[in-house]
Amino acid sequence: MYDFTYHRPKSVADAVKLLKDKPEARAMSGGMTLIPTLKQRLARPSDVVDLGAVKELSGIKIEGANVVIGGMTKHADVATSADVKAAIPALAHLAGHIGDPQVRNRGTIGGSVANNDPAADYPGAVVALNATVTTNSRKIPADEFFKGLFETALADGELITSISFPKAEKAAYMKFPNPASRYAMVGVFVAKTASGVRVAVTGAGGCVFRVKAMEDALAKNFSSAAIKDINIPADGLNSDIHGSAEYRAHLVGVMARRAVDAANK
Amino acid sequence: MSISVAMTVNGKAVSGKVEARTLLVQFLREHLGMTGTHVGCDTSQCGACVVDVDGKSVKSCTILAVQAEGSKVITIEGLAESPDKLHPMQEAFRENHALQCGFCTPGMVMSAIDMVKRHNYQLDEATVRRELEGNLCRCTGYHNIVKAILAAAPAMKSAGV
Repeated sequence: MYDFTYHRPKSVADAVKLLKDKPEARAMSGGMTLIPTLKQRLARPSDVVDLGAVKELSGIKIEGANVVIGGMTKHADVATSADVKAAIPALAHLAGHIGDPQVRNRGTIGGSVANNDPAADYPGAVVALNATVTTNSRKIPADEFFKGLFETALADGELITSISFPKAEKAAYMKFPNPASRYAMVGVFVAKTASGVRVAVTGAGGCVFRVKAMEDALAKNFSSAAIKDINIPADGLNSDIHGSAEYRAHLVGVMARRAVDAANK
Repeated sequence: MSISVAMTVNGKAVSGKVEARTLLVQFLREHLGMTGTHVGCDTSQCGACVVDVDGKSVKSCTILAVQAEGSKVITIEGLAESPDKLHPMQEAFRENHALQCGFCTPGMVMSAIDMVKRHNYQLDEATVRRELEGNLCRCTGYHNIVKAILAAAPAMKSAGV
């Protein structure tokens, strides 16, 4: 790891100012991705702005029909939150299956969403539940947030302060985890909310994506039988030592059907 | 760049000068000379470096020493009451021969104690196996580790630890 200058601001305003003043600075939330990245010398920030002391970024609130989760809220806290379990149990389940217990004690929702790893779990929930990402300067709808491989709508120095998830009538997340890393080989989040049915797939492609054909079929008939003949083209899907694009395309169908069945339970 | 860092390790106030990039595990091992916490993979997968920071189980190879500023850290060295009286989890590992080469053991013991407490001293085998997903034993000695944890849970409860 190359050395850097370390900052530990206490407010969002101070953190944003540091990030704006130092063009080569990087924000760090839980550090579960950033620290390994620094160790491999894949990044060389001049400054690291640790958000660990910014208290206003943590916490879970129910606001009307939404669950609002602060950007620095840990996966373990989402997984065990009585509010999340009552409002959107699928979201608590997702958080409880990220990495391992130690990673869940450090990793944060804001860090995961801002990083937009193609195999991360949270992007699936954000898109399927049609969540809204709130930053220090604006609100970004889920469909406009994820732009591509590790790419989001966030501008330089822009921080996720919270994410607002509409409560779901029915929802479930099913993932086929890589047995070593627990990252999603394929993860499918299916949700039926006030705004309709959404099917979001993570792990399979370069970035989370929706499957319109499944959404249309499920809107008419929310059962796994309704999507059993819908096949996902393998073109453009990830292909690596863990699985071919064809294998992942097949898994999307399997995970989607399992998710619908779980949501109907 | 040198930064002063101060924290409590196993109940004792400690401080030192570190670089921003110094990992907590490096601070423990190389600055404080507490080599009970091991570095296995250095990629946050194996769990040999697990310690407790402010009541949370963490991988000390993936947290900077400066992030633990002001924290209360417990390491494997802080568990036994005295050299003759092991923590119930350590005792259960000994009784059940829950180690082969022993390299993963400090992290296994630290994760195991955390898991027993989070599950309110009530665990079944499936839960123990799932909860151990962040700890690797390359001797593949999981069977006795699971047995030890199941044996330690009631022992920890009756010992009040």
